[in-house]
Amino acid sequence: MESSSEKFLLQGNEAIVEGALAAGCCFFAGYPITPSSEIAELMSMRLPKQNGTFIQMEDEIASIGAIIGASLAGAKVLTATSGPGFSLMQENLGYACMTEVPLVIVNVMRGGPSTGLPTSPAQADVMQTRWGTHGDHPIIVLSVSSVADSYEIAVHAFNMAEKYRVPVVLLSDEIVGHTREAITLPPGKPMEVVNRIKPSVPPEWYVPYENNSRGVPPMADIGSGYRHHVTGLMHNAKGFPTSDPQEVDTFHRRMQRKLDNGAMEIQMSRGFMLDDAEVAVIAYGAVTRSALRAVKMAREQGIKAGLLQLITLFPVPRAALDSVLRQCRAVLVAEMNMGQYVREVRAVNVSSNVKQLNRFDGHLIKPDEIFGKLMIL
Amino acid sequence: MEKNRYEVRFGGSGGQGIITAAVILAEAAGVYGDFHVCQTQSYGPQSRGGRSKAEVIISKQEIDYPHVIKMDCFLAMNQPSLDAYFSDFEPNGLLIVDSTFVEQVPTSRAISLPFTRMAREDLGKEIVANIIALGAVVQLSGIISLASLEKAVLSRVPVKFRELNQQALQAGIAAAKQVNLGTLPRSSVTEEILI
Repeated sequence: MESSSEKFLLQGNEAIVEGALAAGCCFFAGYPITPSSEIAELMSMRLPKQNGTFIQMEDEIASIGAIIGASLAGAKVLTATSGPGFSLMQENLGYACMTEVPLVIVNVMRGGPSTGLPTSPAQADVMQTRWGTHGDHPIIVLSVSSVADSYEIAVHAFNMAEKYRVPVVLLSDEIVGHTREAITLPPGKPMEVVNRIKPSVPPEWYVPYENNSRGVPPMADIGSGYRHHVTGLMHNAKGFPTSDPQEVDTFHRRMQRKLDNGAMEIQMSRGFMLDDAEVAVIAYGAVTRSALRAVKMAREQGIKAGLLQLITLFPVPRAALDSVLRQCRAVLVAEMNMGQYVREVRAVNVSSNVKQLNRFDGHLIKPDEIFGKLMIL
Repeated sequence: MEKNRYEVRFGGSGGQGIITAAVILAEAAGVYGDFHVCQTQSYGPQSRGGRSKAEVIISKQEIDYPHVIKMDCFLAMNQPSLDAYFSDFEPNGLLIVDSTFVEQVPTSRAISLPFTRMAREDLGKEIVANIIALGAVVQLSGIISLASLEKAVLSRVPVKFRELNQQALQAGIAAAKQVNLGTLPRSSVTEEILI
C-alpha cells in the first residue's frame, strides 16, 4: 500500500466523485437534485482546485448540453442527476449517442414517476436508461452497490465512455449514494485510466466518422485544427447529413458492432457462491446487499443458493446470465421496481424458470423477503 | 466488541444532530478503528423537525445488508422517534433515551439520561447534546474504543469548538459510568424461542 493512502468515510456519491477525478474527469455541469446533490457539491469544491471546470447550469437540459460541448473540446465530462433530471436529459442523450460523444451521466435513483419520492430509493429508471431516448442507439449502463463500487465503477464508466465513444449511464440509488463506508484512497493499486484515441493523420486527411476495425473512429478535439461537422442528423463518414440507405445501414451496424466488440470488458458481473448453486438470486445496486445476506442465510439452511450481481445492465450480460440460467433450476430477480430487468433476464433464456421479487414502496428489499422466496423456489 | 455484527440506531428530530453523531461513530469505527462500517440515514423532504433516523453497522467482516436487522443499541433523542423506531430489537439490546424529551419509555430496560439538559445547563450549548449522547453510547456499549471516538469527534469539529466537544464527550462518558448495566432487568425473550 502506498504511504500516501488514507482511509476515509465516504458516501457512495462522494466516492463517485473521487472515482471520476481519478479517471481524469475535468469538467462537470449539473443541476443539483436529491439524492445526487453531493456529487455536484463535492465537484464544485474539487474541480476548481485542480484546474477543472464546474458549472451549475439552469437545468438538466443545459447540463447535458454543456458536457457534450466540453467533451467535443476534449474534456472528460460528468453530470449527475436523479429521475426528474434524467428525464429532461433524454433528448440530448440521444444527440450524444448519435454524435458518439463520450460522457458519463450518474443517475442516483429515487422513487418516481415525476417528482415522486425525493428522499427514498428505487430502481425504477432501469428501462429508461436503455430506451429513454428515441431511436436505435448504443449505450452502456453500469450499476453500483457499495462505496467501493462507486469509486471503481466510476473509473470504469469513464474508461468505457472514452474507449467506445459512447455515453455511459452510471446507476446508483438513494441507499448506495447516501451510505457511508470506509474506503482507502488512493487505492493501494492504482486503476487503469483509458483515454480516447485522437487522429494521427494530418488534419486534411481526417475523416471524422470513418469506419475501422474497432468501429470507433479517432476523435479530434474541436479547436485542434481538425475541422469536422457534428450533427444529430444521420450522417456519413464525413459527418454530413445523409439519407442514403447504404450509409444509414452502415452507421447503425457500426454502432452495434463497437459495443459487441467490447462485450468482454463492457459486460461485468460478480458471482457469489455460484459454483454448486441450484437456485440463484439475480440483483444489482443496493438490492445486491440484501441478496447476499439472504443467500448466506439459505446456505445455512442447507439450500445451495448463489448470487449473480449485475454491474453492467446494458448491453445485457447474456453470457453470465445464460450460464446461471442453465445451471440453476430457478432464479429470482429481485429489484426495487414493478419488474423491469426481469424481462431482460427472461429474454436471455425463455425456457428457464425465472421468478421475481419486487418492492416499490420506497424501501430496500429486506434479506428476509429474499430468503423467504429462496426457500420456496 | 464480542459480536460479529453490531447494529446501532440513532433517532431524533431534524436538527438534533443524530446524523452527525452516526457519522462520527462510523468514522471512529471504520477510519480510526479497524472495523467495517456502514452508515445510513433516512429522513423526509424537510430539513428541520419531523423525525429522522441514522444507523451504523459495525462488523469485523465485510457488511452485506447495510441497514439494521436487529438493533443492539438504540439511542432515542425524542419521543416520536422512539415510538416510531422502537422495534427490531435484540432481546438484551441497549435502549438509551434522552430524558429531556422522552417521557414514556416502552420498557423497563431503558436507560434514561438527560443529554439535552446536560448540554444546556452544564455546558451552555444545547448543540452538543448529540456528542454527550455519543460518549454515553460508546461507554455503555463498549463497541469501540473511547480513544477512536475522541479522535473522530475532534477531527469533525472546528478548532475553536474542540474544547467544548471534548467536555461534552467526557460528560457523556461520566454520566454513563454512573449507570450499572448489571442492574438492568433481563429480557423476557429467551434464546430458546428465537429461531
